[in-house]
Amino acid sequence: MQGIRKLIASAAALLCVPALAIAQDAPIKIGVVSFLSGPAAGPFGVPARNAAEIMFEMINAGKVPAPYATKGLGGAKMQMSLVDESGGTTTQVTEFRNLVQRDNVDLVIGYISSGSCLGIAPVAEELKKLTVFFDCGTPRIFEERDYKYVFRTASTATMDSVGAALYVKDLKPNAKMIAGVNQNYAWGQDSWGDFELAMQQIIPGIKVATSQMPKLFAGQYNAEISTLLSSKADVIHSSFWDGDLEAFILQAGPRGLFKRSTVILTTGETAMYKLAAKIPDGVVIGARGPYGPYAPDNELNKWFSATFEDRYGVPPNYAAYQMAQAILGTKAAWEKAQAANGGKRPSQDQVIAAFENLTFVSPAGEVKMTNGKGHQAITGTAYGVTKKVGGKMTIDKIKRYPAEKVNPPDGVKAADWIKSGFKK
Amino acid sequence: MTSDRTPRILGAILVVLLAAGPFVPQWAIFLITIALAKGLVVLGLLILLRCGLVSFGQALYYCIGAYTAGMLGRLFEVDGVLTLMLAGMVVAAVTAYVLGFLLARYRGIFFGLLSLAVSMILYGLLVKSETLGSSDGFNVLPSTLFGIRPADEWVRYAVLVVASVVAFVAALLVHRYLKTPLGSLAPAIKDNEIRVEYMGASARYAIHVNYVIAAALAGLGGGLAATTVGHIDPEMAYWTTSGEFIFITILAGTGSVIAPFLGALIFGIIQTVAFDISPNTWQMVLGGALLAVIVFLPTGLWSLFRRRRAT
Repeated sequence: MQGIRKLIASAAALLCVPALAIAQDAPIKIGVVSFLSGPAAGPFGVPARNAAEIMFEMINAGKVPAPYATKGLGGAKMQMSLVDESGGTTTQVTEFRNLVQRDNVDLVIGYISSGSCLGIAPVAEELKKLTVFFDCGTPRIFEERDYKYVFRTASTATMDSVGAALYVKDLKPNAKMIAGVNQNYAWGQDSWGDFELAMQQIIPGIKVATSQMPKLFAGQYNAEISTLLSSKADVIHSSFWDGDLEAFILQAGPRGLFKRSTVILTTGETAMYKLAAKIPDGVVIGARGPYGPYAPDNELNKWFSATFEDRYGVPPNYAAYQMAQAILGTKAAWEKAQAANGGKRPSQDQVIAAFENLTFVSPAGEVKMTNGKGHQAITGTAYGVTKKVGGKMTIDKIKRYPAEKVNPPDGVKAADWIKSGFKK
Repeated sequence: MTSDRTPRILGAILVVLLAAGPFVPQWAIFLITIALAKGLVVLGLLILLRCGLVSFGQALYYCIGAYTAGMLGRLFEVDGVLTLMLAGMVVAAVTAYVLGFLLARYRGIFFGLLSLAVSMILYGLLVKSETLGSSDGFNVLPSTLFGIRPADEWVRYAVLVVASVVAFVAALLVHRYLKTPLGSLAPAIKDNEIRVEYMGASARYAIHVNYVIAAALAGLGGGLAATTVGHIDPEMAYWTTSGEFIFITILAGTGSVIAPFLGALIFGIIQTVAFDISPNTWQMVLGGALLAVIVFLPTGLWSLFRRRRAT
């Protein structure tokens, strides 16, 4: 019923929208897309949605600390249209078009899966709609094409692998052999590929003992763990997440894998509190950037983590931080554009111009939109090892790496940059 | 039988689609185009279902069609939308011809699971192939019609025109085919295969032919979906995609060649409304709709039209 009514309403709206002048304080409709069902919902999608809900509510109420204390986006209230990211690329492209052409949103913030981002980016360009990716990792988006309407406020997955490799050198400078266990799909293949390349540059002559590639959501890793145990690698790299990560930790712990080798879990932060009792000390934990335990000790972060934990009972994980970062980046760009427009509501083109090459602060510190011709963010990253203090999970031996050290310069493909020995 | 009206109804739907297209909002055009692409696949499933066969792996040919279209653009920069769709259809049909020698021997659950297994093999291969973007897939080139790329605001309509005409022709041909001796063998095979063999017809041959036709339609639908969506990934061969096609087949019913397209459109509308009204539990709305159809309309949505006509 509602669908038909909507159909008629949108058909009518389509005819009259251009005639209507947009009021200064009309609400700004924002499509928010995140996994609300399926395996990626638990570790990433739902925390990200929770962060979006908090940020929308607090920004509209003007309760966010400086420099984001103004209400809404330049005074106009933000209104959320929430969409589930599951259902495949065809469904996602359909729903993106619905958001833009039926619901007439002003912009879209979202997408966790790299497949979604690759599918959505050309459509955003076709529909000429400002779209901000907050989490997806593949560097291919801005390597394959230039975009005008697409932005990404988080670093690419290249940073995670390069950061991990640098941390190996700092933690175990005499490492001779590495091994990997990654899921056999794009994320796992790319994560391991970049890590392997980066290790060869950082510690020349390092050997790869084995690269295990079980299929996604396999759940049983006893064969892989046996191979890793007998490989005697100094360092084991894994980009496992959620259920696979938990299964791996639970199966590898009792067999002493964590004692024999230093294990790097590049997305380990999403599981570190839940599995605090099962993760031994000395495991390297990544958070895909300076998020969660690696976030800086500033006002904005104190406010964000306290507000989030207060409402949801758990600390925000990196997906939540990335969502907050995307929303604050949009707010910064919008208000910069509004200021340049003499305090009047900016047009989309003005917001885009302000967003390009923008530097803004988020709970994770400084974010610089320097890559992808000003559309791709770079941030610093950090790694550390687990250490239980009085039964509570904490992170020790934190090393921070500045943005320029772990991200390629603008216009250079990630793989070429690593192969060139990280040339500036 | 009153189904002789089918060609006229098909023609009327085509005219309405083409005439109304320019006045329909862009997002709805996209929804209809995707429904036509999925409807083509379901049309193939309808032919198989009339033989009593349920393919849990029709996504195999959907994916082959899509990847053929994508690869032609990627490797040879072919961008003619009709060429891409026909190429997808041919590659799917040839694959089905070869696999048909194996699959046409099996019935029931064995046929279903074997077809599922083959489609999962393709999925596995694509996920392992990093040059094709692995599970992330890759973008399909913007396509042209007879070498022309319409202006931005007319692209969606142009794609709709192509999709409607292709679907019209396909539905009409299938409708004709079902009336030929070979085509009308399907319900007989479903009822009693031994009797069919005694009559002197080869059930295996008929199934093989039907299987190839179904695959060709799925390849055509895949090629259309690839050029419409603009991005392809291995999930197109995943079993959940096949499941969606079966879902639509059950929703639609096998009463007419129009049913698959109607079913696909209604599926698209239910899904998109469910996404809109309950983003956290849209699967439940979709599942509830299917349950309601199974309980109240055991032979699918098409039975609504049947009943009305009978009274």
